[in-house]
Amino acid sequence: MPEAGAPRPGPHASPVPVLSDVLAQALNGLSYGVLLFLLSVGLTLIFGMLDVVNLAHGSFYLLGAYAGLTLIAVTGSFWLALVAAPLVVGAIGALLERGLLRPLYRRPTLDQVLLTFGLIYLFEDMVKWIWGGKIRSIPVPALFSGSVTLGPLTIPSYRLFVIAFGFVMAVVLWLLIEKTRLGSIIRAGVFDAEMTAGLGINISRVFTGVFAFGAALGGLSGVIAGPIQSAYPSMGVSILIPALIVVVVGGLGSLKGSLVGSLIIGQAETFGKAWLPGLSMLMIYLVMAAIVLLRPQGLFGRPLK
Amino acid sequence: MSYRLATFAVLLAVFAIVPSFFGNYHVKLLQEILIWGIFAMSLDLLMGYAGMVSFGHSAFFGIGGYVAALVLKQSAGTLGALVFPALAAALAALVIGFFSIRVSGVYFIMLTLAFSQMFYAYTFQVAWLGAEDGIVGVPRASVLGVDTTTPWAFHLYVIALAALALLVLWRIVRSPFGHVLRGIHENEARMEAIGYPVNRYKLLAFAIAGLLAGVAGSLYAQFSGSITPDAFFWTTSGEALLMVIIGGTGTLGGAVLGAATFILLQSFVSTYTERWMLILGVTFITFVLFAPGGIVGALKGRIGLRA
Repeated sequence: MPEAGAPRPGPHASPVPVLSDVLAQALNGLSYGVLLFLLSVGLTLIFGMLDVVNLAHGSFYLLGAYAGLTLIAVTGSFWLALVAAPLVVGAIGALLERGLLRPLYRRPTLDQVLLTFGLIYLFEDMVKWIWGGKIRSIPVPALFSGSVTLGPLTIPSYRLFVIAFGFVMAVVLWLLIEKTRLGSIIRAGVFDAEMTAGLGINISRVFTGVFAFGAALGGLSGVIAGPIQSAYPSMGVSILIPALIVVVVGGLGSLKGSLVGSLIIGQAETFGKAWLPGLSMLMIYLVMAAIVLLRPQGLFGRPLK
Repeated sequence: MSYRLATFAVLLAVFAIVPSFFGNYHVKLLQEILIWGIFAMSLDLLMGYAGMVSFGHSAFFGIGGYVAALVLKQSAGTLGALVFPALAAALAALVIGFFSIRVSGVYFIMLTLAFSQMFYAYTFQVAWLGAEDGIVGVPRASVLGVDTTTPWAFHLYVIALAALALLVLWRIVRSPFGHVLRGIHENEARMEAIGYPVNRYKLLAFAIAGLLAGVAGSLYAQFSGSITPDAFFWTTSGEALLMVIIGGTGTLGGAVLGAATFILLQSFVSTYTERWMLILGVTFITFVLFAPGGIVGALKGRIGLRA
């Protein structure tokens, strides 16, 4: 176009970043990374076990946010919603796995991927139907509505809560998967589902459980994200790609990979926005491309065949 | 064969005279179907014949659209309408394909998806391509001396290109090259073992599909007079995938049928209800679950239609 648009002014246009700026960005990146982590854990476990790239995973995030919205409105408590919304989304996940995915396990895995693509349309439109298409804000819980001053920084305390919550969840998940019997069954299933079934484990119930659990975590991240990003019908589609990138960067099927990948992508996205406002959206793809070129299986993935 | 050719010719003739009987709205609908049909057919070459499911085919559609928009605004001729968009898309497909075909299955899906999203991210933010508003005011061109700026001429031009795309793809999938692609789809390791340079075949298929997607993108930019970053967005690839699956993978004509179903569903359902996405989603899921062969597959099963 002849009238070339003026360069878009970024929030931090000064070329020399100040230390407090860097810290603030790092914290923003951390809270975003935590959301991605909760989302990508489910994605990576579901992939590892069922061999399905669940494109509808963003829909669980979407459903979580809106279920949270309604539950907060009904019960008046954010905390109740934080517990109940993931349960609702987890139940939806279990139904999907049983009802729609299961009949496809004998078909090429691609059919399952395509099915989950269809689900995106279904869920997004259902959300529009039930809740309307407008952006809805989710109030910050009263306990964390203030902000905390750390030296030169003023940080909304909700963000600190999100970061802390994410790391607690990471530890809980690690304990669950590495230290419990259930966890070892899941790990075995991710490694070789058929062999696990051969050892007398009811693998089909584990499949449902993992899918529901992944869905619930997706829903949980939706509720957590609500007060930061608000709820809108296309939020699922827009978070899906960063979550997939995390999984690719970290290595498909790896829990550790999804934690490290989330932190990397969270920082890349946030610093990209602050320092390269003109090309910020490109950042995460460049990071991914670099990692995939150096290590095609991702940071913690098993080597490709 | 001659029976088929006759059907094809009659169909083209019917399409060609649509503007004399129907209003502007329906004519545009038909053009849109044909343009998306070209795009979906090019994806079908990859999916249905070479067995490569790309979630990044929108990259080439978008490149075709943007290159056409940029060049046509300078000079509205054959170069801008066809040559540059097609070549740019094919070149991009060679580069993206070079990296992507080394992996398969899910990794291939992810990698192609990421590549197309890079273009989305870039065009969404850079000023020289109009950022999120894209490029507007794309003129229609004079192609090979034929002026397509009148509605009639443009209509015939779209039909001609769609027919040409179908014939070219038809020829390709029935050539020895096409049979090698099918062989790769069936058993890649075996094709490799009996001495076919599998990756070279896959890359060539990827480039041809990219080229045709670029033509579709260029046509789309001329059709709508604009191109936006949405052309690159991954859901554009997803929609083409929907079309191929709904119509019938590996049938070429099915891809056009799928495009027709998708666009008619979108436009007619949306006049009656706002819930067209829901209906589309359910339709698609139904096809995946109960009619993996798509419309063409279902027809073959029911009335014994032969390929």
